[in-house]
Amino acid sequence: MNESINPEYTNALVAASHESEPSRLKHYVIGFISSLVLTLCAYLITYYHAGNRGLLLGLLAVLALIQFLVQLFFFLHVGREFSPRFKLMMTTFMILVVIILVGGSLWIMHSLNGRVMPSTKQKEQYMNAQDNL
Amino acid sequence: MSELVADAKVVQLNKQIERSEKSSTAVFGFWVYLMTDCVLFASLFAVFSVLRNNTYGGPSGAQLFSLPYVLIETLALLSSSFTCGLALLSAQRRHKKQTLIWLGVTFALGLTFLGLEIAEFHKFVTMGDSWHRSGFLSSYFTLVGTHGAHITIGLLWMAVMGVFIYKRGLGPLTLKRLRMLSLFWHFLDVVWIFIFTIVYLFGALHV
Repeated sequence: MNESINPEYTNALVAASHESEPSRLKHYVIGFISSLVLTLCAYLITYYHAGNRGLLLGLLAVLALIQFLVQLFFFLHVGREFSPRFKLMMTTFMILVVIILVGGSLWIMHSLNGRVMPSTKQKEQYMNAQDNL
Repeated sequence: MSELVADAKVVQLNKQIERSEKSSTAVFGFWVYLMTDCVLFASLFAVFSVLRNNTYGGPSGAQLFSLPYVLIETLALLSSSFTCGLALLSAQRRHKKQTLIWLGVTFALGLTFLGLEIAEFHKFVTMGDSWHRSGFLSSYFTLVGTHGAHITIGLLWMAVMGVFIYKRGLGPLTLKRLRMLSLFWHFLDVVWIFIFTIVYLFGALHV
């Protein structure tokens, strides 16, 4: 009967239920406060237009990414499970999909914009031709 | 005799582990759903990023959005995400009253967020800047509206959970559902980080 239980697993389970209370509350508080600070930083640098535009955009992107990781870890508990870490794998895969989807769309549409869209001069010519008809 | 007692304990522990494994599998399944929901949001973000400058003579983001207003929305949603975590913690400690209070606070903050968003939409539409106006506004309303629809569903779910906990207490099934709800709610806050940054803050900088 006793062999049917993997002692390591049981220990891990017991440890997990004990680990819970104070350390988990701490996690939520850390997550909340750092998200708050990151949000306010992003807001303030935008509101006061501190620095030039390119720098600001980069800074905002970095702040958003940090907050994303903070919330993923402290609120959604990604990466804090026992192996096999299916949740982490699923999340990493989805981040890859999102990067391909958004990055790919922007790349294609930007490229098409340069190649296929007529310039302002071409548009005027076209409009004039339409008027003559 | 003592062996019998030990065996009974082992059987009980086995059952517990089995139950917790089943529950974990269900919660993981819900996580997989959330990750596929990311594809929906990613597509809408891609559409928005492509169409953001196609204002067709209409207002741009910088002219339309009020940053302090959006900050209040953001803070309401962020706080609700935090209190949702507190509700889950109280539930895991089997504190029914505390759970209900935190769930109530989460609901109120979520409702504040939704109310502010609807008021903003209403203002834009009555000013004549609805989704008919330009490609930018179509994609804006679709992206932010889809997030708002998720929030609405989350609030409905939360209300049902509240009644459920009030009537039946905190059983293992309720706890499992509460874990899923909290994942859903935190996930919506994560999506909002990107809406806040890409739609509103980048918009204010005339990207």
